[in-house]
Amino acid sequence: MTCEECGKNPATVRFEQVVNGKRTVMNLCAECAQKKGVLSVLFQPTFSINSLLSALLGSQMKGLPAPTPGEEEKRCRICGMSYRDFARAGRLGCSRCYETFEDRLDPLLRRIHGSGRHMGKAPLRVGGAARARRELEDLRRQLAAAVADEAYEKAAELRDKIKAIESTLGREEE
Amino acid sequence: MRREGSLLENIVRRSSSPWMDGSGTMSDVVISSRVRLARNLRDVEFPHRMDEKAAGAVLDKVKQAVSDVNARKAMPELTCIDLQDVSPLDRQVLVEKHLVSPQHAQPLPGRGLVTRPDERVSIMVNEEDHLRIQCLYSGLELDEAYITANGMDDLLDERLDFAYDDRTGFLTACPTNVGTGLRASVMVHLPALAIGDEVSRVLSAVNKVGLVVRGLYGEGTEGQGNVYQVSNQITLGQTEKEILENLSLIAKQVVAEEKRYRETLMKNRRTALEDRIFRAWGILTNARSMSSEEAVKLWSDVRLGVELGLIEGPDVTHINEILVIAQPHFVMRSHGRTMTPEERDIARAELLRRHLATMRS
Repeated sequence: MTCEECGKNPATVRFEQVVNGKRTVMNLCAECAQKKGVLSVLFQPTFSINSLLSALLGSQMKGLPAPTPGEEEKRCRICGMSYRDFARAGRLGCSRCYETFEDRLDPLLRRIHGSGRHMGKAPLRVGGAARARRELEDLRRQLAAAVADEAYEKAAELRDKIKAIESTLGREEE
Repeated sequence: MRREGSLLENIVRRSSSPWMDGSGTMSDVVISSRVRLARNLRDVEFPHRMDEKAAGAVLDKVKQAVSDVNARKAMPELTCIDLQDVSPLDRQVLVEKHLVSPQHAQPLPGRGLVTRPDERVSIMVNEEDHLRIQCLYSGLELDEAYITANGMDDLLDERLDFAYDDRTGFLTACPTNVGTGLRASVMVHLPALAIGDEVSRVLSAVNKVGLVVRGLYGEGTEGQGNVYQVSNQITLGQTEKEILENLSLIAKQVVAEEKRYRETLMKNRRTALEDRIFRAWGILTNARSMSSEEAVKLWSDVRLGVELGLIEGPDVTHINEILVIAQPHFVMRSHGRTMTPEERDIARAELLRRHLATMRS
C-alpha cells in the first residue's frame, strides 16, 4: 500500500483518529506522518508527569506569597536555571538546584511524597555517617517517647546508645 | 565495537529473554518484576538541559566506569552501547524487549545502553536521569531484582560521583523520583479478572493505596493482553525495603484475586473457557495475517490456557515470546527491512506459526 497523503512512498504508519465518536484510519509514510505531526503526537505526550508537576508548581506559586523580585531571578549557580524555568518545565536543571530552590522544593516534595526526609540507602562513601545520623534521629524519637511514658530505665538505656553514636560520629567528622 | 555489535545483534534477533522464562514465585500470574534506580552525577546538568558535548562526556564517564567494573569481574560482562550507532529499527526492538523506554529510543546524542548477554541488567544512560539502572526478573522476585540493582549501584557508586544529599537522598531531574530513586514494578497478567469484568475494581483499589497502574508498554497501553504494571509512586520518606514490601504485599493480593477468578471459571464456566482458549490457540497457530493487537489479545487467552493446564506441551517461555513476536519492529527486524502494516501482518502470522510449530511436536 502506498501513502494516502503523497501517493508515492510505501505506507508504514497506520494513523487512527476518533473525533466525536467517528473513526478515521489513514495509512501514511513516515515522512508524511512527520509532516502531519502524527509522530510528534505519538511520541511526545502533552499530558506528562512534568506538565502535571508544572501545574502543581503554578498553583503553589499562587498559594504562597508572591516571590520577591530577587527570589524570582534567583538562578542556580551550576546550571543557570531559575525557579520560573523549573515551574515551567517541571524538571530541575542539575543536582545543585535542590539546594538553590530548597525553600520552594520542600513543600512540593511533601505534597508529592508525603515526606521531605530521605530514609533509604546512602552511597557507600557517605554511608557510615549518614546511617549513624539517621539511627541517632530514630533513637532520639524513642527517647522522647520513653520520657513521655515515664519509662526512665528504657530512657537511660537509649541515652547511653545515643551518646555512644554521637562520640563515634564526632571522631569521624573531626 | 565488534563486541557491542554482536551483543546487540543477539538481543534484537532473539524473541526470548531470561526474564520471561516463567521461573520465580507466582509466575502463573506475575510475568516479571522490575527494579529501577535513578542516579545522577553531581553538579552536571540533567540530560534535558545538556548539550551534545556534555552528554557525550557523561556517556564517556559511564563507559570508563563500566570497563573498570568489567576488569574486576564482579559481574557478568557488561557492554556499553552508544545508541547513536544503533539503527532506528533496532532501537525500537530494544523498546519492545523492555530494555529501553520509548523516550530513550529517540535519537539524541549521548544516549547509551549498558547491558549484558542475559539482559537482566540494563542501564539507560542520559534518559531523564544520567543513569537508570534496571533489573528484570521472571515472576514475583522484587528482592532478587533489588539485590542485583543494588549491587550494580554500589559498583558504579565507587567509580562515579553520584548526586546525593543526606536529607533529600539521591537527586533526580524530576522531583517525583528523588530520595531512593527506586521505582519497582510487577507485571501481572489478569485474564480471568478481565473475563469477569473485575479488572477496574481491583486496580482502582490498588490506586487507592498509593500504587500506580500502567499497561504493557507504559502509559496509554492499559489493557493490552490484560497485562498491567503495578509500581510504587512514592520514592522519598520510605526505605527501599518498605517500598518493596508494600508493592510485594499488594501484588500478592492481586494475584490471589486473579487466581480466585481462574478457579471460579474452571468450576462454573469450564466449557466456555475451554472454547475461548482453544479458539485463540487455533487462530494463533493457523492465521495467515494477524495484527499486533490481535496477537497480543490471543496470547492472553493462550497463556491462561497453558497456566491452567488446558493446553499441554508449550512451556511458558515459548508462550511469553509471543508478546515480543507480536510487536511491529521485531517482525520487521527479523525480515531485515521496514514493511507496510499489511506486509507486517502476514509476516507476523508466519513467524507465529513457525514459532508455535516448534513446540507442538
